[in-house]
Formats: sequence, C-alpha cells, structure tokens
Amino acid sequence: MTLTRRLLAPGWYRAAIGTAVGFGFGLGLVVLIRSLYGWDPIVDWNAIITVGALIAAPLGYLVGIGCFDYWFYWASGRPTRAEDHSGHGAHSWKDYFRVNTDHKVIGIQYIVTTMFFFVAGGLMAMLMRAELAQPGTQFVDPNTFNGLFSVHASLMIFLFIIPVFAGIANYVIPLMIGAPDMAFPRLNALSYWMLPIGGVMMLCSYFAEGGAFATGWTAYAPLSTETPLGQQFFTVGVQFAGASSIATALNFLVTIITMRAPGMTFWRMPLLVWANFTTSLLVVIATPFIAGSQFFILLDRSLGTHFFDPSVNGDVLMYQHVFWFYSHPAVYIMMLPGFGIISEVISTHSRKPVFGYRMMAFSLVAIVALGFTVWAHHMFVSGMQGWVRVPMMITTMLIAVPTGIKIFSWLATLWRGVIHLRTPLLFALGFITMFTLGGISGIMLAVVPFDIHVSDTYFIVAHIHYVLFGGSVFTIFAGLYHWFPKMTGRMYDESLGRLHFWMSFIFFNLTFGPMHFVGIDGMPRRVADYAEQYATWNAIISISAFIFGLSFLIFVYNMVASWRHGPAAPGNPWRAHSIEWQVSSPPPVFNFDRVPTVVGGPYEYGVPGAVHAVMGDAKPAVAAPAGGGGAPPPNE
Amino acid sequence: MSERQPVTGDEVKGAPEEDPRIAGEKHPVARMIGIGVVASLVGIAITLLIDWFPKNAAGSADKIDTLYDVLLICSVPIFVLVMTIAIYSVWRFRAKPGDMGDGPPIHGNTRLEVVWVTIPFLMVTALAIYGWIVLDDLEAKASDELVVQVTGQQFTWRFEYPKERVESTRLVLPVDQPVVFRIRTNDVIHSFWVPEFRLKSDAVPGLTTRVRLTPTEEGRYQVVCAELCGLGHAAMRQLVHVVPRDEYDSWLQTRREQAGGGGQAGGGGGGETGGGQAGGGGAAVDAEALFSSAGCGGCHTLAAAGTDGDVGPDLGQISKANAAYVEQSIKDPSAVVVKGYPDGVMPDDFGERLSSEQIDALVKYLLEAQR
Repeated sequence: MTLTRRLLAPGWYRAAIGTAVGFGFGLGLVVLIRSLYGWDPIVDWNAIITVGALIAAPLGYLVGIGCFDYWFYWASGRPTRAEDHSGHGAHSWKDYFRVNTDHKVIGIQYIVTTMFFFVAGGLMAMLMRAELAQPGTQFVDPNTFNGLFSVHASLMIFLFIIPVFAGIANYVIPLMIGAPDMAFPRLNALSYWMLPIGGVMMLCSYFAEGGAFATGWTAYAPLSTETPLGQQFFTVGVQFAGASSIATALNFLVTIITMRAPGMTFWRMPLLVWANFTTSLLVVIATPFIAGSQFFILLDRSLGTHFFDPSVNGDVLMYQHVFWFYSHPAVYIMMLPGFGIISEVISTHSRKPVFGYRMMAFSLVAIVALGFTVWAHHMFVSGMQGWVRVPMMITTMLIAVPTGIKIFSWLATLWRGVIHLRTPLLFALGFITMFTLGGISGIMLAVVPFDIHVSDTYFIVAHIHYVLFGGSVFTIFAGLYHWFPKMTGRMYDESLGRLHFWMSFIFFNLTFGPMHFVGIDGMPRRVADYAEQYATWNAIISISAFIFGLSFLIFVYNMVASWRHGPAAPGNPWRAHSIEWQVSSPPPVFNFDRVPTVVGGPYEYGVPGAVHAVMGDAKPAVAAPAGGGGAPPPNE
Repeated sequence: MSERQPVTGDEVKGAPEEDPRIAGEKHPVARMIGIGVVASLVGIAITLLIDWFPKNAAGSADKIDTLYDVLLICSVPIFVLVMTIAIYSVWRFRAKPGDMGDGPPIHGNTRLEVVWVTIPFLMVTALAIYGWIVLDDLEAKASDELVVQVTGQQFTWRFEYPKERVESTRLVLPVDQPVVFRIRTNDVIHSFWVPEFRLKSDAVPGLTTRVRLTPTEEGRYQVVCAELCGLGHAAMRQLVHVVPRDEYDSWLQTRREQAGGGGQAGGGGGGETGGGQAGGGGAAVDAEALFSSAGCGGCHTLAAAGTDGDVGPDLGQISKANAAYVEQSIKDPSAVVVKGYPDGVMPDDFGERLSSEQIDALVKYLLEAQR
C-alpha cells in the first residue's frame, strides 16, 4: 500500500489526521469570529479548547477512524462497498482496535473499554479514601478533592455502569433472540467509538487550567457556570457518552422488535431481553434531557446566555428539574439490565424456571413508567414548590412494589431449586442481599422528613453505593462470570472467582455500611475535611476500602489469565436453555449456521424434554409450551 | 395471552414432603417463620439500641427520630425475611456433587404473587401517610415566631435579625422560642443545616426558602453547609448558640450598642463584632464590622473579634507580619500559603470585592488586634 493510501484508509493514521484537522478548524473558526468582532484577545484559548479540542477534534477523529465512510459514500452517490463481512470477527487483538461491525467484537470492545474507566474511577476513589482516612488535609487540596469525586462519579456512571451493560447486551442479546447481528451494525460501531471520547475528555479535564471539573457529577448551576475551564470537559463529554447511549438503545429497540427468530414471541423472550428492551425505552426517552441540561450550561458559559442567572430572570431550579428528569430514570438505566442478568443467572444455576415470568416482565415495565414520576425526590430540600414533595414521596415508595415482586420472585426461584453455588450465583445472592439493603434505605430516603435530615450526607453516599455497587456492579460481575465461557471460549477459575466474591462482599459492607452511621450523625458528603468525631469510622472505612479495591485485582487476574490459558469451554457449560448456549463457545462469526426456531419458554428447567429453541426448522413434535405463561406438559 | 397460569401453589408451600430434601422436616415454612420472627425481634432491638442521631436539640428532632424508629421497625423484618429464605434455600437445596437434576418446574403461584404485591403496597402507603403527617407537623407555623434572615455566601453564613436590627456571623437563639429562618444566598447554592435540629434547606439564588423550628436544648451546635458550593465548602461552618431568654436579650442589647457606638467596644459581650448597619461611625471604614461581614471569621480565629474558625491560620498570631504581607494575603491568598493549611480555599477575589480603603482599614485592624 502506498503511503497516501495508507493515510487515507480508515484507521488510526487517518484518525490522527482527522483530529488535527478538526482542531485546526475549531481554532481557525474562533480566531476568525473573534477578529471579525474585534474582540480582545483574538486568540482566546478557552474558546479554542471548547470549539476545537472538545467539539471539532473528536468529530474529525470519528470521521478519520472510519465510522462514517459507508454513509458518506452513500450520501454522495459514490458506489458503496457492499458489505462482504470480511471485517466480521476478531482474529487477533489488533482487530479490537478497528471499526468493526460485528456485535460480538463491539461487545468485547465495550466491556474492556469500560473496565479501563472502572479502574480509573476506582483509583480516584482510593485517593479520596486516603485523604479521608483522617481529619485535616493530607494528600490533596480541596480543589483536587472536589475534582476527584466529580470525575469518579462521572466515569463510574457514564463510562462504566451504563455502557458495560450495553457491552454485555451487545454480545448476548442478538444471540439470545436468534439474530445474526444487531439491526444497525454501522450505527452500533459508531455508538461504541463515541464512548471513549467522553471518558478521555473527562480524564483530560485534569490538565485544564484550574483543574478537573469540581462540581460533582450533578454539576448544579450556578456553581457549574462559574467554575474554571475543566467544567466544559464534563459538559461536552456527557454529550458524547449520551449520544452513544441513545444510539445503542435505539439499536436494541429495533433489534429486539424486528429481529427475533421465528417463534420468539415477546412472552418467550428471556428476561435479559425484556430488561434491555425496557432499559432502552428509558434511555431514548430520558437521555436527551441531560444532554439538554448540559447544553444550557455550555451556552451559559460560552455564549453568555442566562438560563441559570437569576439576576436576569434565569431559573436555578430549572436546571435541577431537567437534570433529574434524566438522572433519576438513569438509576433504572443502571439497574434494569442487572435485573435481567440476575434472572438468567439464578434460574440457570438453580435449575428452575423463573418464578412468575410474566410478573417479572410487567414489573420492569412498571418501573419504567413509575421511574419517570419520581425525579423530584432528589430535590426535597432544594426549595422547590413544597406540595410537589408529597406526590413524589408516594410514587417513589410505590416503586418498592414492582421491585419487591422481583426480589420475592428470585427467592421463590431459588426455593427448591438444585443450587449450584458457582461464582455467578454467589454474586447474584450478594446482589439480592445488598440491593435489599439499598432498597430499604431508599424507602427511608423517600420519606420527606427523614430525607430533610440526611440529604447531602454520607447516608446518601452509602445508599447510592449499595444500589449501584452492591446492586449494579455485582450484577455486572455475575454477568461477566456467567458469559465469560461464551465470550472467550474458556472457563474462568472458580476458586479465584469465589475468593473475589467473598473479599468484595465483606469489604464492600465494611466500607459502605458505616457510612450510614456517620451520615445520620451529621457528616456532610463531598467534603475533604471533617470533624474529629467521625475520625474512627472514617479510618475503618478507608482501610476497608483499600482491601475492597485490592479484591478487584483478583478479578482482573482471573479474567486475563483464564482468557489466555484457561481450559476450553464447552458450548453449554451451565446446561442452560437459552439460545446463546446452543452454539459453540465462542459462537461462529455469523452466530448461527441455521436460523434457530423457538419452540418454548426460555426457562423450562425440570420440564421433561422441554427445549427453548431448535436449530433450523421446528419439528412440531418436540414443541414444549411457551414461557412462564405456558401450561406444564401433561404428566409423563 | 390465552395461556393460563399453571396453578402450582401446592408445590410451593403446602406439600414439602414431595421434595425428599426437606421430607425430614415437619414444617419447614413454619420453622422459617419462627427463625424469622426471632431474628427480626433481635434485629429490631439492636437497631433501636444504636445511638444513630446527634444530640436532639429541637422539637423537630423528636418527630424525625421517632419516624426513623418506625422505619427501622418496618425494615428489619423485610431484610430478615429475604435473608432467611435465601440462606435456607442455599443450605437446603444446594446441589450434591454430580447432581445433574433440575428443580421442580414451578412457574408461579398467583396467590403468593398477590400477597407480595398487596402487603408492600399497604406498608408503603401507610408509611407515606405517616410521613406526610410528620411533614405537615414540622412545617406548621407558630405564633410569635422570631424571624432570622440567613444569608449564605462563599464560604460563610450571615445572620440578620430584621426586627431587632441586629446582624451577626454567629447565630444566637433563645431556647423554646419558635424561629423561622428566611434563607437566601449571595452567590451559588448553599444548604443551611444544623444536624442537632435535623432540618435543612437549600439557599437558592433568586429564591427565599424557609425553615421553621423551636430549639429546645441549650448548647453550642454547628451550622453546616450541606450543598457543594466550591473550594471552601468543607470549611463553611458557623456556630449556633441556644441560650436562655435573658442571655439572648442581653446579647441583642450588646450587639445594638456595639453597632450604635461605631464598633468601638471590641470583643465585649458574646465576643461578637459590630453589625455595621446602624452606621454611627460616619465616613470612616468600620474594620471590625467589615471583618464580620466579609466572612473572615468563618474560617479564621481572631480572639479580638471572638471568632474561632480553624480552616485558615489564626489571625491573632501574625504579630511578626508587616502590612504589605497582610495586604498581599488578603488580595492574593495563594502567594504565600502558611504551612499546614491548604491552598485554594480562601476566595481570591477580595481584591475586587473590597475597596482599597476597606483593605487598608482591615490590615490596620488586624495588626492592631495582635496580643
């Protein structure tokens, strides 16, 4: 290949050129406009970084790496290269660094990328706990500390929990519904490639003048409209992560609605598919709201608009309403896919059908609907209209009902099962324990008078980590262990998996449990320094947090070592019924040699002769009744 | 949709003897209920014995503490229920090595599902009603309320008693007197919170929010800013004194005299500095009042002004400093940072907020205040 052709072919060389061209364009645009208006200084680096580095350069990078090639060819009337699928599959590690339209490759790309940001966010948490190990200032000044918790939360939410679920679903969902790929493979690739941009941007905010954004992941105005340049890195970074999230949710919706294998009715879909279907609904409806709220901030900062400036009739509370109208549903965006994973794991590893399948699906839908009616419970002390607090309290507490249905149904699934206590199931049980605690403290927080005392304290920090770490992250671990054989074709090490579980379970509770105590006792959150009376608990919390952090190394070692040298995994190591386990591990490049036909429910454990799907056309003779709704077969 | 729910209720509860693994037990469910009740009672006893809250110093605190006790009593049995079933299942139904069998194909049980929809629904409804009643109770207006205007700014609180025409950086309240705080802010969002009173409300730009309470216990507590407001957020603390009525009256009296006398009486009474709004001092800058209104005492100790902040260095210990250094430290606090104190906490815009006469007066005042 000649040098020119190499530079013009999609890939990293062209991406570098695209990034540079984008930045140059932004720089030129700012200089041109400022000189036309005669503003001083003409070279304003704040504006250049915003327009050039944060907006134009990433777009140039996306064009360069090759996300838009096919569409550009098509739009400009040039002959498009017909998809010959030569890019499908990954044959070496290098293939993961290219734009690839294979959902399985994209799934792995998502998972590994998000794990990188998980580690980055986790290290920030370790730094915070080091600072908080005793009162006073030890390692970091208040500005750095405020930056640490802000970037920590933003990475964990936007670059880890939300997208890692998209990664798992990307890998598993098409296989589960018997589809050869996602509905829009090129859009799928674009969704993935937009994601790291957001994360790199948030990390790079540390290099901005004035330090990283330091207003929390909530970025409340007017603090966020006044702080230094680092804030813009959050404001724009969220747009890329959000766009990625919306595009991939749209893709899931279309895939699930249109690409199910013959016979896969809605009531035969595994609950993970239901969970991602409902999550995607939440994402496409809610995510534009956070995009909007951050655009308002960007405009207030960059163009001098007055959305949040009360001296010219701006409304400060408007920011919070719009922000939480996304960010409360976001809690369910981070939880519902986990619910799906837990249903798969518990049913498979305890060899029983999911108890009350239809109610499990309905409760997901109910959470989606109720989830949009509770956002202002984050604002009980915000000074909003007082009467709104009562209806929001009631709807918030009502969410306990569908959530309770799920917890009790999982327990009933365990009851009288044949329980194989493998790592995925351990994590599922740990999830039930801690999510119940997080749910209980959630109910307490919904009760307005109690919330007035504990809002913005460590009680909130405890609650959020019980639902997001003990909840979501434990489901992620359960899912990763569960599908590890499918994704890599190798088995993970069971003893290391158990060790990872017990270490993280014990030290998670020692880390976040005591935060309930210090919170109620009056320690506010987001402080680098605190009163002497909380010193003992904080020392205990910090030590536990360090050991808790170390437990993650076991996971990383297990994953890496097992992927390279683990024993080969059979196609169906868990003897599961759903379709992804009926193909080889890892699956063939195009998933299925013959299109599967679904003939029954996904969890017919214990029903003699029942199968969920057969490869190829169904033979009516083996058809088992459908799903949880199906009648049990006549007695043998 | 036409498929019916299989009625398998008997398999779930009524006929455990079908399952050889629990055949030896007479009433596994009854036994679990027994264990659950005992564990719940123990759990409730333990959680109620824990001393969760800070000191109870206002009428509002009683109601919130009781509410929390009720929440605990409702929560513990639910957690115990979940844990009992989970642990019992894992213990009893764990697969024997080599067991390749499946559990019984139980798909659901409508009766059971109705139960676990109805009971949580009733529970949360009852709790919501109770919470609503407590909320209304907390926010009920009292007659003859003392009005205190609270103003937040980065990173200090100011308190104004409009009827009494007194202003202070320290909050002094007469015991057993209903108070309404009118909360405002000069810059970003803050949150006014006294943990011992249990109540908080954000201070929102463009709005006035309210908190009503009646202090019931004399003592010194902290006013804490609970909403992230920038670099000095962790340091935004002030004191609230709840004192007997006569002490409060004499404090008011002293404050008025100080303000009327142009801030001459340094450090008298409660150790407070002049309010500055009575304006008896004429054109000259009242540095002592300025020390108070600019919020210096929120972070710095100065014995002469009666402040005891410990975020920044003690300003009573700068006798070796010269005027140029003090001025520089006010205008550009990052130029020299005293060892042991963090950089970047003190606002760096006093050079703009204060006039040069004001800064000169402040420097002179600080140097004179050394002991």
